[in-house]
Amino acid sequence: METLELKKQKTEEVKSKSISGSAAVLEAFLAEGVDTIFGYPGGAIMPIYDALYDYNDRLKHILVRHEQGAIHAAQGYARASGKTGVVFATSGPAATNLVTGLADAMIDSTPVVCVTGQVFAHLLGTDAFQETDVINITTPITKWNYQVTDAKEIPSVLAKAFHIAGTGRPGPVLIDITKNAQLQMIEYSGYEKCTHIRSYRPKPIVRKEYIEEAAKLINEAKKPFVIFGQGVILGKAEKEFIKFIEKGGLPAAWTIMGMSAIPTNHPLAVGMLGMHGNYGPNLLTNECDVLIAVGMRFDDRVTGRLDKYAKQAKVIHLDIDPAEIDKNVKATVGVWGDCKETLPLLTELIQQKVYPQWLKQFKDCTTKEEDKVIKDELNPTGDTLTMGEVINTLNGLTGGDAIVVTDVGQHQMVACRYAHMNQSKSNITSGGLGTMGFALPAAIGAKYGAPDRTVVAIIGDGGVQMTIQELGTIMQFKPDVKILILNNSFLGMVRQWQELFHQNRYSFVDITSPDFVQVAKGYYIDGQSINERSKLKGALQTMLNHKGSYLLEVKVGKENNVFPMVPQGRGVAEIVLGKDEL
Amino acid sequence: MQKQEFTITVYTENQVGLLNRIAIIFSRRKINIESLNTSPSEVDSVHRFTIVINEYEEVVRKLCRQIEKQVDVLKAYYNTNDEIVWQELAMYKVPTDVIAEEVKVERLLSQHGAKAVVIRKDYTVFEVSGHREETDKLIEVLEPYGLIEFVRSARVAIIKKSDGFHSKLKEFEYKEPGEHAVENEFLDKNQEVFSM
Repeated sequence: METLELKKQKTEEVKSKSISGSAAVLEAFLAEGVDTIFGYPGGAIMPIYDALYDYNDRLKHILVRHEQGAIHAAQGYARASGKTGVVFATSGPAATNLVTGLADAMIDSTPVVCVTGQVFAHLLGTDAFQETDVINITTPITKWNYQVTDAKEIPSVLAKAFHIAGTGRPGPVLIDITKNAQLQMIEYSGYEKCTHIRSYRPKPIVRKEYIEEAAKLINEAKKPFVIFGQGVILGKAEKEFIKFIEKGGLPAAWTIMGMSAIPTNHPLAVGMLGMHGNYGPNLLTNECDVLIAVGMRFDDRVTGRLDKYAKQAKVIHLDIDPAEIDKNVKATVGVWGDCKETLPLLTELIQQKVYPQWLKQFKDCTTKEEDKVIKDELNPTGDTLTMGEVINTLNGLTGGDAIVVTDVGQHQMVACRYAHMNQSKSNITSGGLGTMGFALPAAIGAKYGAPDRTVVAIIGDGGVQMTIQELGTIMQFKPDVKILILNNSFLGMVRQWQELFHQNRYSFVDITSPDFVQVAKGYYIDGQSINERSKLKGALQTMLNHKGSYLLEVKVGKENNVFPMVPQGRGVAEIVLGKDEL
Repeated sequence: MQKQEFTITVYTENQVGLLNRIAIIFSRRKINIESLNTSPSEVDSVHRFTIVINEYEEVVRKLCRQIEKQVDVLKAYYNTNDEIVWQELAMYKVPTDVIAEEVKVERLLSQHGAKAVVIRKDYTVFEVSGHREETDKLIEVLEPYGLIEFVRSARVAIIKKSDGFHSKLKEFEYKEPGEHAVENEFLDKNQEVFSM
C-alpha cells in the first residue's frame, strides 16, 4: 500500500510543479507563441519582471519610454505580424497611460493583451500607492478585462485573454494582476489553450440562404461595387477576396483600414474611400446598384451624411460582428460570418463577369482627379515640396514593398492616397481613433512583427512631438525604423479646416518644432533635413540604404491642402476636388 | 414609430464588473435606464438582468446587439409590455394612528391590494406589487394621511413566449454550437427580432 501511494505521489510530482503566479504568466506567453513583450516595469509588477529575468533567453522584452509607446508598439507588432501584441505595465499611472492605446486598439480591432500590475488584493479600494481602478477605467475600451487576485486563475484567465483578443472581431484585452497573486506559488501542471467560452461566439456557422441571396443580387447587378475594410486582412482572407472580385469583375475600393489587403495596383482596385479618399469611389457609391461591403463598418468618415449615402443601392454587408450589420447602413442582405468562409461560398455562386462600361466610369473619375488634384500634388511646379511628391518618390525607391506606418493628419491622408503597396499588412495607421503620436512607437512594434520588411514611419511635425521619447527605445534596442517627418510647420489638418471652414482664423495651429536632426543625434540616430526638390530622391535613398534607423525631415509647403474632400455634413457624391468647389 | 417602453432581458455569466459593462452601453449613448434588476435565473450559475428603457425599437435592437457582443453575455432579448408579465414591488410607511383612526384608509389600502408587512405602534409598512401606475396611485392616496417613506423596486418580468434558458444554454456549452448558438435571427425577416 505504502509503495503504491508513494508511486502515485511521485507521478503527481512529475505532472505538476510549484511555480509563482508571475512565472505562470510567462509560461502562458510562451505557450501562446509570444516572442516580444513591450513594457515598462514598476512597483506593482515587479514580481513579473523578476520572473522575466529568468525567461530572458526565450522572451524578448522591449523597454519603451512611456507606456503609451508600449501599447502602440504592440499594436504595430500585431498589425504587421497578424499575431497578438503583448504589453506589460505597472499599476496606477502606467495603467492609465495605456488608455489611449486601448481605445485605439478597440476601435481598430487590433489584438492586444495587456498585463498590468495591481496593488495587493487586501489594499484594493484603500487608495493605496499607485492604485487606480484600471478595470473600470478600461471597461468601455477593452473587448474583455479581468482582475486576478488569486494566482490559481492565471493560466486559465490568460488562455481566455488570448482566445478573446485574437478570435472573432479581434480587440484589446486587459488582465490586471494583484501583486499577491504574482507572488503566490501555485501547483502548475501545464498550460491549456482556451478554445471555447460558452458566452462568446467568435464566429457563427454561415447560413447558406444569405449567401444565395447575396449572390443573386450580385448576379443581377449592372453596376456592382465592392468596398472593403480591415476585415479582409484580419480574416487572412486576402486571396479569397481577390478571387471573389476577379471572378465577378467587381471594382473594389478600400477604407483606410482595408488598404493593402489587395495590391494598390490591382486592375480592379479603384482607390480609397472616405473624406479624403479618391473621387471615383466616393462619387460612384451613389451610382452603383449593388454595394458589397466586406469587413468594414461604415464609419462616418467613409459614409459622409448617411441619408445621402448609397440610397439607390441594394446593400450586401459581410461582417463577423453582428452588431455592425444594420448599425449605420441598413443591409438588404446581411451575411454574418468570417469572410475567409463567406467569400469562397459567395465566389462559387457568382457568375464570371466583366463590366467594361462601369469600370470606365471609375477610370474617367480618376482622369478628372488626376487633372485637378494628383498632377499638381505629385509633379508640382512651385518651389516648395509637396507631401505627395515625397510619397511618390518613396514609392519609386521601395517599389511598394515597405510597411508604411502613418500618424494622423494631412501626411496620413496623403500617404494613404499615394503610397503603393504590394502586399497585405503594409499599411499601419490609427484609423478609427485618430491618435496623433501613434506612428513612431507603432513603427518600432511593426519592425519586431515583420523583421524582414522595410518599415517607414511617416509622421507630421505635430504628431512626432507627442511620442518623440520613443527615439530612446530605438537608440537602445536598435530596431531598423526609417523615420520620415513631413514638416509643414503647422498642425496641417486643423489649419486646413480653419482655412476652409473658419475663415482663415488660424487658432493655435502654428506649431514650432525642435531641430529634429539634432534631437535624433542626441539619441545617436543619424539623419538629415532637406527642403529642396533636387535633394529629395537622394535623401530618401540615403535613408533607405542607411544601416539602422534614420531620421529624414522633409520641409514641405506650409499651407497645402488635401483634396479631394467630402466636407463634413455632406453626402459622398458632394465630394469636391478643390477649394474653388466649396 | 415612436418611443415606447421596452423590457430588455439579458442572460449572463455571474461576473464582477459586468453590471458596469452593461450599464455603460446605455450611458455612452445618453440613454436613461428607467429600471434595472439583477437576479438569478431559472438556470443555476446564469444571471438575469431586467432593464427597462423608453426608446425607439430600432435603438433598442442595436443596444441588444451591443449587449450581446460582450464576452460574458449569453443572450439579450427585448420585449414590449404586452409580450411580458411584469411586476414591481412598492413599499409605503405610514403613521399607524392614522390607519387605526380612519376606517377610510384601511378600505383604500385593501382596494389597492396593499398588504401590511410590519405593524408597529408608531408606523406601519405596506407593500403592493403591480404595475407602476398602480403603485403610483397609492402614493397619491396615502399622501394626505402622512406618507413617511416610499420606495419601489425595479421591474421584474417574465417573457410570455419563452421556453426558458435551459435548452439554449446546453447549446451554448457545446463546442460545436447548435442552432440557437448560431442563429442570426436578426437577419431573419420572417421572425420577430430578438423575441423568443
